[in-house]
Amino acid sequence: MSNQNGRFGIHGGQYIPETLMNAVIELEKAYNHYKNDPEFNRELTVLLNEYAGRPSRLYYAEKMTKDLGGAKIYLKREDLNHTGAHKINNVLGQALLAKKMGKTRLIAETGAGQHGVATATAAALMGMECVVFMGEEDTVRQALNVYRMRLLGAEVIPVKTGTATLKDAVSEAMREWTRRIDDTHYCLGSVMGPHPFPTIVRDFQAVISKEIKDQLMEKEGRLPDAVIACVGGGSNAIGSFYHFIEDTGVRLIGCEAAGRGIDTFETAATMNTGRLGIFHGMKSYFCQDQYGQIAPVYSISAGLDYPGVGPEHAWLHDTGRAEYVPVTDEEAVCAFEYLAKTEGIIPAIESAHAVAYAQKIAPEMSPEKIVVITVSGRGDKDCAAIARYRGENIHE
Amino acid sequence: MSKIASAFNHGKAFIAFITCGDPDLETTGRSIRAAVQNGADLIELGIPFSDPTAEGPVIQEANLRALQGGVTTDLIFSFVRELRMDVTVPLVFMTYANVIFSYGADRFISTCAEIGIDGLILPDLPYEEKEEFLPLCRQYGVDLISLIAPTSEDRVAMIAREAEGFIYLVSSLGVTGTRSEITTDLAPIIRTIRENSKVPVAIGFGISTPEQAKRMAALSDGAIVGSAIEKILAKSGRNAPEEIGRYVRSMKAALEELSKDGEIH
Repeated sequence: MSNQNGRFGIHGGQYIPETLMNAVIELEKAYNHYKNDPEFNRELTVLLNEYAGRPSRLYYAEKMTKDLGGAKIYLKREDLNHTGAHKINNVLGQALLAKKMGKTRLIAETGAGQHGVATATAAALMGMECVVFMGEEDTVRQALNVYRMRLLGAEVIPVKTGTATLKDAVSEAMREWTRRIDDTHYCLGSVMGPHPFPTIVRDFQAVISKEIKDQLMEKEGRLPDAVIACVGGGSNAIGSFYHFIEDTGVRLIGCEAAGRGIDTFETAATMNTGRLGIFHGMKSYFCQDQYGQIAPVYSISAGLDYPGVGPEHAWLHDTGRAEYVPVTDEEAVCAFEYLAKTEGIIPAIESAHAVAYAQKIAPEMSPEKIVVITVSGRGDKDCAAIARYRGENIHE
Repeated sequence: MSKIASAFNHGKAFIAFITCGDPDLETTGRSIRAAVQNGADLIELGIPFSDPTAEGPVIQEANLRALQGGVTTDLIFSFVRELRMDVTVPLVFMTYANVIFSYGADRFISTCAEIGIDGLILPDLPYEEKEEFLPLCRQYGVDLISLIAPTSEDRVAMIAREAEGFIYLVSSLGVTGTRSEITTDLAPIIRTIRENSKVPVAIGFGISTPEQAKRMAALSDGAIVGSAIEKILAKSGRNAPEEIGRYVRSMKAALEELSKDGEIH
């Protein structure tokens, strides 16, 4: 989908300091070489299958289907992957690539902590040094993940600048990369940033839609009618959509974090409230004020609390191929509780945004229709925060 | 010939970076005049951005203070109009691509030309993306300054060949901020630049002392100082201009010694 300069329509590009240009050019060359290298692909498949536990299950949520009384619902269980989220798919790919490039150190940003944990895991496995940047606010919201990263041998650096959340962690990781390039690979966690990251991360996450397609073909003998995933930067969503983009009969629905609502300032719904801009290396949609200052965004979900969206999503939005809908904190928390009680599956609060939207549309659809929801991660990390949201003061 | 060249006509150039609106535009105006009266040859005016990814902590905080003080692109344009009544040295804006893009590139760049801004420095607009603003810069006669970094290697010649105004050579890896020493071997980079361009070269990032400025300017055509000035503003706020004047004078004096010693290219 991307052309020579990493553009998706008008989106994407490489808006980064000159200091980093040769690093991204070197990365692109290495990626273009290794993506077609049989040995690289064999090693990656072994890691994904034997270490991360792929393929992840496509589970028929029978109770939820009956309860909603409409479309048949399948859950793509990325929460069952090693480390508990889809993030590991991309990280194993990038860490292996970095290793082949001779890098010995991985740096990463993290919001909810899932990408940080996945990066720390891959670094431990491959014997690499690891430093994770995390907004100070998020280190409080996701204290358990901070401990996990340290346990795995990574150094976690709390970022105190700006809003002390995901966007500031990305900025700080970019600054660190300009300081130390020779031995360091920036393991970006989403389909964002400068080219070639949006393409590399998408390719490593595309295994999700490849598996959904094969698994549903085996179970139902056909394509789904809709695929629903949550969107922050958008990596699990693009992974879930990618192999269906050409299948125009499949509705692709990205669920953005509306926070307290898209009519408030406490929102992170980029497509619904942002406008075109240039930030973090890419042209895309961003929440910003009239002078282009990036807006502080808000969501109960640390993983969706980002003021931008990946350039390929911006393009899918422009062309109308995918729809992007806002889901509020309250709706997501209700869905979090609903899936736990109905199916015995506690989803990440990020993924609960997708579950919430499925609850809205499935009842309107006829029983022969099929909806796939990507459960991008598990919700253990969120239990304390959700309990607090409900007024229950528990400590991790 | 761009007006920026005139900054390099009297010996080694001293270039001062000042964030507009830190802590307020009135102080910025006095700081700039103090810098110019004490020998600054060119002023880089920073338009603050919420998330300045190429800056170290000192300039990040300056950006934050300025935005908290309520400064906006429109207020900065009015400020420059007034500044231009008596300040004649070349002026360039240093900001991030989104500030221009969001304002409307045509509206932004045409206003720059109208109010007497001679160039733009955009740390997040590398060679590959310069088409974003270059046609408008050409149309309105505003120089788009090229940056070259220690990691540019095979890109140096390509960037230098198309450079205009002056070339901003980044002294070392990393973000802006003072450094105790600059260890990059810049001489080979400058040789390649000279082989490919007649545009003057100024070195920035990490320069704070007269000795560093002298050493960097000996290799090139000038030295750029940002964080050291912002530190004075952070410390002294509205009382900073006088101290900035004294600081600029000491830096310019170091560069003048070089001119007396004769050119070292």
